[in-house]
Amino acid sequence: MLDKMIIGRYVPSDSVMHKMDPRAKLLLVFLFVCVVFLANNVVSYSLLAVFTVMLISLSKIPLRYLYNGLKPIFFLIVFTFLLHILFTKEGEVLFKYGWFEIYEGGLMQGLFISLRFTLLILVTSLLTLTTTPISITDGMEELLGPLKKWKMPVHELALMMSIALRFIPTLMEETEKIMKAQTARGVDFSSGPIKDRVKSIVPLLVPLFVSSFKRAEELATAMESRGYRGGEGRTKYRQLSWKTSDSLLMVSLGALAVMLFLLRS
Amino acid sequence: MGKKLVSLENIIFRYEGQSRNALDDVSFDIYQGEWLAIVGHNGSGKSTLAKLLNGLQFAHSGTIMINDQIMTEETVWDVRQKIGMVFQNPDNQFVGTTVQDDVAFGLENAGVSQQVMVERVHGALNKVKMNAFLNQEPHHLSGGQKQRVAIAGVIALQPDIIILDEATSMLDPRGREEVLETVRELKQENEITVISITHDLEEAAKADRMIVMNQGQLYREGPPQDIFELEEELIALGLDIPFSVKLTKELQKNGVRVVNGHLTEEELVKDLCELHSMM
Repeated sequence: MLDKMIIGRYVPSDSVMHKMDPRAKLLLVFLFVCVVFLANNVVSYSLLAVFTVMLISLSKIPLRYLYNGLKPIFFLIVFTFLLHILFTKEGEVLFKYGWFEIYEGGLMQGLFISLRFTLLILVTSLLTLTTTPISITDGMEELLGPLKKWKMPVHELALMMSIALRFIPTLMEETEKIMKAQTARGVDFSSGPIKDRVKSIVPLLVPLFVSSFKRAEELATAMESRGYRGGEGRTKYRQLSWKTSDSLLMVSLGALAVMLFLLRS
Repeated sequence: MGKKLVSLENIIFRYEGQSRNALDDVSFDIYQGEWLAIVGHNGSGKSTLAKLLNGLQFAHSGTIMINDQIMTEETVWDVRQKIGMVFQNPDNQFVGTTVQDDVAFGLENAGVSQQVMVERVHGALNKVKMNAFLNQEPHHLSGGQKQRVAIAGVIALQPDIIILDEATSMLDPRGREEVLETVRELKQENEITVISITHDLEEAAKADRMIVMNQGQLYREGPPQDIFELEEELIALGLDIPFSVKLTKELQKNGVRVVNGHLTEEELVKDLCELHSMM
């Protein structure tokens, strides 16, 4: 169970993308999501696609990982494509069979929207594939830093995230243990009607909750005894460094936005 | 014996909603550089004592002096810098996502600068021989390794005292020996005072001094040899005596002339061999 669920699906490597500052990557994804909406014709969409392919090649991520990221939303992509084919009635008729007609505009729109989906998913999964969850947390904390002025508990949120990440494997192990213990007592987790299976989750969740609360309390005590008293006056062990390559990435994204703006019709 | 480092005077403490005092008029001193073992059955107040020493709970009356500083709500953060604590459950005290992050956690809280932090993290991990695991995640480590990382987290802050609050009770024999060996080495090299709260009498036997707690009161205080002489009294308190002491008594009953005071198996074996060669 542990091996199947890899949080963030991080793939270690030492590519350019991996070494990039997490802040740069977070900004890239955020801005890319906005920039994607600028494209509206063949040229601008191909430009976007080229940019994405460039990012992928910089990351040296094996393509099957990207494909795995796309799989869950494959249905959504096909569905929107079909929806456009059926309901957008613009331009010339390309195909006609009885009442069923395919318009040129429908085909193009369908292709564009599916491509937009695909590119968005590719770029966001590129972030989680090349950045460890803890680096993403660090990057978020830094980027959201200015919000502290408005009393946003940025440090606390980041700490919560990192503790949650740290405890995921521990809790998974525990779940597995409880599952075995309850199976030994006759609980059947894997067969029977849905209703029974949902019911069998209860003897799994109750002990898990109880022990999590106990863990939380002990962890809080341990943190306090190690001198934790909030973000005030705290220094950071992990330092982020903004390098030239990060600035270059930002510039290239800017250039992409400008070109898209000029090329769109 | 070194100079007095910690002194407790007439400590009384009661948990909320309980009718009995968890600690009832407890007074004792702790000296610099010693290894003090605190033993007692469950609910005898030994873990409460540890919490009080670290300022996780405050006494209702009585004073705790640490390095000439009285423990109060104001001084507690200074005190925590001087007293590091290792808890029972290896998993529930591991805060960082990797070994080095966890060791750095205490330093981050203390506001140590990044360069110094890197140095101290590496230094501390070297001392507990965990330097090969810098980027390892906690679920890939054994219980003993996690406890050694916890110790590294404590010594990175350069404390005067380490409290082991049943730190070895959840470990297998090998992990236990690993952890105790690490603490012994640290105590030797850095003259750290160790307070070990434990169930393990073999471990307590190796301490410089022992304190036996019973029903929230200090029952007996002294070197392990003297404490284990109490025998029947200890058993009546729900404690046990080490195997070697038991064996010595049985041998003496059966007419073998072994001398008293063997606290470890090795000593007893050595003495028996000598005895055998004389026969």
